[in-house]
Amino acid sequence: MRKLGNVKALSATAFDLRRDALDIIMAGGGGHIGGDMSEPEILLTLYERMNVTPETQDSPDRDRFVLSKGHCVETLYAVLSYEGFMNLDEVKAKFSKFGSEYIGHPHNTLPGIEMNSGSLGHGLSVSVGMALAGKMDKKNYRVYTLIGDGELAEGSVWEGAAAGAHYRLDNLCAIIDHNHLQISGNVDDVLSPGDIGGRFAASGWNVITVMNGNDIQQISDALDIAERTKGKPSVIIAETLKGKGSPLMENKAGWHHKLPNQEEYKQIAADIAAYKEAILNG
Amino acid sequence: MANKIANRAVMCEVLKEAASTDKSVVVLCSDSRGSASLASFADTYPEQFVEVGIAEQNLVSIAAVLASCGKKAFAVSPASFISTRSYEQCKVDCAYSDTNVKLIGISGGVSYGALGMTHHSAQDIAAMSAIPNMRVYLPSDRFQTRCVFEALLKDNKTAYVRIGRNPVEDVYSEGNVPFTMDKATVLAEGSDILIVACGELVKASKDAAELLKAKGISAGVLDMYCIKPLDSETLLKAAKGVKAVLTVEEHSPFGGLGSMVAQLISANDPKKVISLSLPDEPVITGKSQEVFAHYGMNAEGIANKAQEILG
Repeated sequence: MRKLGNVKALSATAFDLRRDALDIIMAGGGGHIGGDMSEPEILLTLYERMNVTPETQDSPDRDRFVLSKGHCVETLYAVLSYEGFMNLDEVKAKFSKFGSEYIGHPHNTLPGIEMNSGSLGHGLSVSVGMALAGKMDKKNYRVYTLIGDGELAEGSVWEGAAAGAHYRLDNLCAIIDHNHLQISGNVDDVLSPGDIGGRFAASGWNVITVMNGNDIQQISDALDIAERTKGKPSVIIAETLKGKGSPLMENKAGWHHKLPNQEEYKQIAADIAAYKEAILNG
Repeated sequence: MANKIANRAVMCEVLKEAASTDKSVVVLCSDSRGSASLASFADTYPEQFVEVGIAEQNLVSIAAVLASCGKKAFAVSPASFISTRSYEQCKVDCAYSDTNVKLIGISGGVSYGALGMTHHSAQDIAAMSAIPNMRVYLPSDRFQTRCVFEALLKDNKTAYVRIGRNPVEDVYSEGNVPFTMDKATVLAEGSDILIVACGELVKASKDAAELLKAKGISAGVLDMYCIKPLDSETLLKAAKGVKAVLTVEEHSPFGGLGSMVAQLISANDPKKVISLSLPDEPVITGKSQEVFAHYGMNAEGIANKAQEILG
């Protein structure tokens, strides 16, 4: 992995990305804003550290990322634009429009996107395949996937978990965006995933808990631990805040895919700006 | 559009009415109660509602077991997932095991628009129809949706129903809903061409027949909401004497209404059968009506295709 840059500056950038995701959603007339807002620090840290750039995105040695919670694609578009894979203005102009390739789920005809996703529960199995190929081809690349906590109800996640451990895929790191909410309410009320770490550990995974998954340094440190762990895959359980960026949305299931009205849009944009200011002044 | 009531909202109404007097009616969702407009069912009859989380395979298996224990189970999940992700469970646990599970595919076809192919269901008719003992229904509007659900509540066999996400224009009207379960509805009689449509494309087909009439072409229109069992009697009767048959469906060109109609016509009354459908590729990004217009599946497109066939 690459070395992490200035943490304070990147932490502020994460709020710029939230604003970009918000604007993409407004431009397209819809999106999954709640989950978009819990993941910017995770995606930004990954793309700052993974060995992949717009220039190396086709290299067989590149690190790979799969957004298993594919509905939160707007922040991925924002991050990929920030990292130079895409053009933000083009994304905003085209997102969800008639005839557009910028749809509401990741699509691998777009630059920087490895796999199509959107049907939940696929990302871990797909990532296991990529990691296994890396082992077979004796490559040093690493594979990362971001999975939603509600998504853990999909049985296929656990098929992937078994295979990842069985093949000792220490080049694989799954991250759980543990924001505790899904579309119908609290994850524990809808269908409790139980002891997530315990389940992965029982499957043979190295389990790393990040107490604040919206903290870039904590995420980066966890990625280091994962990279140092040999003989088994790692899972990072990142405690995040759904809707982070505006108290209007924070920790509210109703914002899973709500489209802000103009008044709400202004409020959210102002709140995001205030968060960024606080970081820069902190 | 005049109608603001989506077919899924009508489904919720009918199921709530049934649940109020019949405690064996059970609804299951896979984190899909909001998408299915079933949140008010869950709130009103929590003891008759089962949430399984985002686990469609488990959804169908649990529904099948509940049905085998005497429940009238309605498993409701996006059509793309319940029809193909849970395919094995639909085949084995529902149809093969002959359990009274109603599999409801919501947001069917291209309803999800810009969310892309993961969320589109253009294979569900083909997939579900290929399962022995599985029936397949695609109601065309809110009035017919009510009729189909009321009929399904009265029988004890498994079935798959696809409904869309967004309100669709009415084909029928209050108090004027000709409906007999498993019989196609004749919307217009015609002598030049027969248009056979299902689901959300019935209204466009009906409108196309009006456009054709203005041009002196007599087009019959069938609302074939019952894809399986296909109403062969009504179809063959309506096709008698016309020069060609045009099928219209929100589905892949393979294995859907067009394939079934062609199979029946070629065996019994050979003539040209042309299919208007989605293409064999991921569909263009857009709202349902934009997508239909793009592929010539709106009223004008259907009328043009009919004229082209008649030469």
